[in-house]
Amino acid sequence: MPPNTPNDIASDPDERIAIARAFIESLPHCMALGMALNSIGEGEAEFAMPYAEALIGDPDTGVIHGGAVSALMDTCAGAAVMSHPRAGYATATLDLRIDYMRAAKPGATVTAHAICYHMTKAVAFVRVSAQDGTSDVPVAAATGAFAVQRENA
Amino acid sequence: MTHRTPEPLQVVKERRDTALSELVARVPYISFMGFQFERRGDELTAVMPYRPDLIGNPALPALHGGALAAFLEVTALISLSWSMIWPKFEAGETMDMLPKFPKTIDLTVDYLRSGLPRDAYARAEITRAGRRYASVQVEAWQDNRTRPIVQATGHFLMPSTSETL
Repeated sequence: MPPNTPNDIASDPDERIAIARAFIESLPHCMALGMALNSIGEGEAEFAMPYAEALIGDPDTGVIHGGAVSALMDTCAGAAVMSHPRAGYATATLDLRIDYMRAAKPGATVTAHAICYHMTKAVAFVRVSAQDGTSDVPVAAATGAFAVQRENA
Repeated sequence: MTHRTPEPLQVVKERRDTALSELVARVPYISFMGFQFERRGDELTAVMPYRPDLIGNPALPALHGGALAAFLEVTALISLSWSMIWPKFEAGETMDMLPKFPKTIDLTVDYLRSGLPRDAYARAEITRAGRRYASVQVEAWQDNRTRPIVQATGHFLMPSTSETL
């Protein structure tokens, strides 16, 4: 859900991105899952989540649980919204539809890439995909709508 | 005419609860997240006890949307597995051959209210359980059952009946 910058959004892009990065990297659940921000800027974000035994959903194969991939994609999507040049001061997930195409390879880091492809006064639209580096076919893909909170909305 | 003495209630309860905890204990991610399952008859209620590391927005504070999505997905998967096990189990089959878990095809998560820093509960309703595909609706709430914080609809690929763990 809601990456949310503490106060007003900086007008300087570098500063805005730095604020977003510091904020997102402090989110407790993202730290618990071992997520790291690879890159962020101008409505795009990329996060990595290294493989960990705690994330296993299928004990026989060692494949990580879809829930962990969902959390990664939700975080990444929220970060893309926050980094958009016309972002508000905060955002929250309205809905997220996730398609699970295939199992992530056990041992592989999962990387999510999100693009905020449209921003209105009140809503941001985002696409996300998650890759494990073994195939062109993503592990999972998601589309989401995010609420955009503005001072004078 | 012979009359079979019914099993003591406690024995029946224990057998069912053991089966449920064995099913849940198979998944490392469920224990990592701290999700628990309570059973009343064949109905399951999932519990996500509050922990500070489930927070996604420290400013509000609010639970992470991803943690809630995971909670709903786990609730749907365990409820589906339980629905496969229950009739066999009640017919006297042993639990040696647990079925494989269903696979999530897709999940659409609808965030209704922000999740407060306290326990959350969830129940799944299997709207259709086919041989190969199942549709599940699942919702989570906190203090008030009539004010859900998040709901989801998901499609799942069921394991073929010969696939066991």
